[in-house]
Amino acid sequence: MTTQIAPSPAHRTDRMPRLLFGDNQFFGVNHMSEEKARQQAMRFQNLDSIVRVLDAACDEGIDTFMCTTHDRIGEICAHVRANPERYADFTFYPCMPYAHKYADAVTEDGMLGAIRRFLPEEGLFNAAFRGGRALATKDVEGIITLLVDAEMAAFRGVRTPVIWLQNVVVDLLLGLDFKDAFSIFDEHVRTRYGAEPGYITMNLPRALDMFDDIGLVNPIVCSNINKLGFRMSGGIEEYQAALRDRQFRAVAMSVFASGAIPPREALEWVCSQPQIESIVFGASSRANIAQTAELVAEFC
Amino acid sequence: MKIGVVGLGKMGLSHLSMINAHPDVEVAGIVDSAGYLLDVLGKYTGMQRFSDYETMLDTVELDAVLIATPTRMHEPMVRAALERDLHVFCEKPLCLTSAESIALGELADERGLVTQVGYHNKFVGAFQEVRNLLDAKAIGQVTHVLAEAYGPVVLRAKGSTWRSRKSEGGGCLYDYAAHPIDLLTWYLGAPVGVGGSQLRRVFSDHTEDEVLATMYFEEGVSSQISVNWSDESCRKMTTKVTIWGTAGRIQADRQECQVYLRDTVEPPPGYQHGWNTKYTTELTDPTWFYLRGEEYSAQLDYFVQRVRAGKVEGVNTFQSAAVTDRALELISQDAAVGTSLRELRPAQPTPATTTDRMKRRIFRKQP
Repeated sequence: MTTQIAPSPAHRTDRMPRLLFGDNQFFGVNHMSEEKARQQAMRFQNLDSIVRVLDAACDEGIDTFMCTTHDRIGEICAHVRANPERYADFTFYPCMPYAHKYADAVTEDGMLGAIRRFLPEEGLFNAAFRGGRALATKDVEGIITLLVDAEMAAFRGVRTPVIWLQNVVVDLLLGLDFKDAFSIFDEHVRTRYGAEPGYITMNLPRALDMFDDIGLVNPIVCSNINKLGFRMSGGIEEYQAALRDRQFRAVAMSVFASGAIPPREALEWVCSQPQIESIVFGASSRANIAQTAELVAEFC
Repeated sequence: MKIGVVGLGKMGLSHLSMINAHPDVEVAGIVDSAGYLLDVLGKYTGMQRFSDYETMLDTVELDAVLIATPTRMHEPMVRAALERDLHVFCEKPLCLTSAESIALGELADERGLVTQVGYHNKFVGAFQEVRNLLDAKAIGQVTHVLAEAYGPVVLRAKGSTWRSRKSEGGGCLYDYAAHPIDLLTWYLGAPVGVGGSQLRRVFSDHTEDEVLATMYFEEGVSSQISVNWSDESCRKMTTKVTIWGTAGRIQADRQECQVYLRDTVEPPPGYQHGWNTKYTTELTDPTWFYLRGEEYSAQLDYFVQRVRAGKVEGVNTFQSAAVTDRALELISQDAAVGTSLRELRPAQPTPATTTDRMKRRIFRKQP
């Protein structure tokens, strides 16, 4: 009972920027070292320290922030709203859901309890109605759109031209073969937010097959793409074949393989791959941001 | 290979997704007692669903079952599967008593069935590297181990799932501490005793949130256990082992393995005297599918390959899980006895040593 999605050219975004700024470093995520992750979490526990790095990125010409829907992102949105002149071109690419929030809630309240906990604050009557009906009639569409709206509440009044579904959810649904969930997300993001849906996955070749099945045309897909083949499920050759032969808008993440590949070598390799529209990277210092920008300008 | 999946909670749903994506596996049935999720999956994925486990076993032709229900339900479900000659992958811990686990292991052995328990840390590259280093005697004779796990599971006085009920197998000991303790039994074998165990509540009403204990192993090796699932400072579960030996020290978590090697022994290939660090990027083998971590896919693939090859021996069999269950049981029993206050009693009238005199002075000063 898979719904086919009609191509929606009306909502196509323009080409994405070459460099997107990621947020792992701000929230204690580091795939190489738990100690490094903790130090970063300590360093960035105040909004000011995050804003200083975002400002540095803006000054280097990188003003698209690809971020989770972590609670603290709301503070950054508020800061951007409060300073419209400073952030005239600043753009968010929200990635939802912030999986740990849900995982912890499921542990405490069970599956349905967790869903109930995240009803959106806005339009409570509407939400409760939609939520209640969804639970009663097993209407998955209601639940998915409800959760997207809850996640998007923090981004009111800022620009969000691309809205991502996080890899934990994409890959869970991918493994389950739950095609309709993608169709529902896709449609809701386009119609309600006028945004382009994006999908983060650790299983690119398999995800592209599924997107083909449900008729997503030229989808935006973000996945690990690095010279080491680190966390590229299906193998680096299959990823390279996909970049060569499949039609999708590729965003490369983990291009440094969590620091295992030196920056110059990493970026030279990734820029030589076909069809890569954007690279998402995280950095904690102006020097590292500038270095990445310079190398990308040199190779891409 | 046809498999049935039982229990669609957090772990069960992840397992279902990964095993369903496995090229050699067909999910022939899914079972859960809660109708909602089952209906959604049935409706949207076409998987054949059952609200009753026995009905699935009687209805569908299966090679194996994957059980991810609350721990209390493992024993009868595993037994029912083994009695039908099905191979079994069961979530950890295996049973609430080691006697049950041992009996299940014996039954599986009699029938030549493949068994595996979901202690996924044994499929983490850094923890495997620790095992390789210990096998190579890289740090000489092990003397002491510190096994830790911290995470933000129970952060307030609330909670209504089976994890908050001791009788179901919930609680920090069985649900959380089982992981580092299983690593210890993998590295050091079965414990010969435990002492100083404390199961402490922080927020929970009916279960412990902290596990502190000492475990004793053969050849005078000891280990401290420090586990707390009410630690908000960790973004997610963090498991760590630190091992001291006569020739060095190893410290490992999911991401990296740091090793100090003294010049009293020859370093293994790829290592040098002094500090060495191996990262997850070089220690991790790629998997066919990724969800939450390579180790989860890797353990399921390992199970599938063992079933295909009819390989009864392996990592995380019921026999090894029974050793861990025994360790958990010993800690429960030791904690129930209560804290030993022997050291605080006034000394007997024997010739006093300096230390004893000092202890008495300290004791008198206290109100």
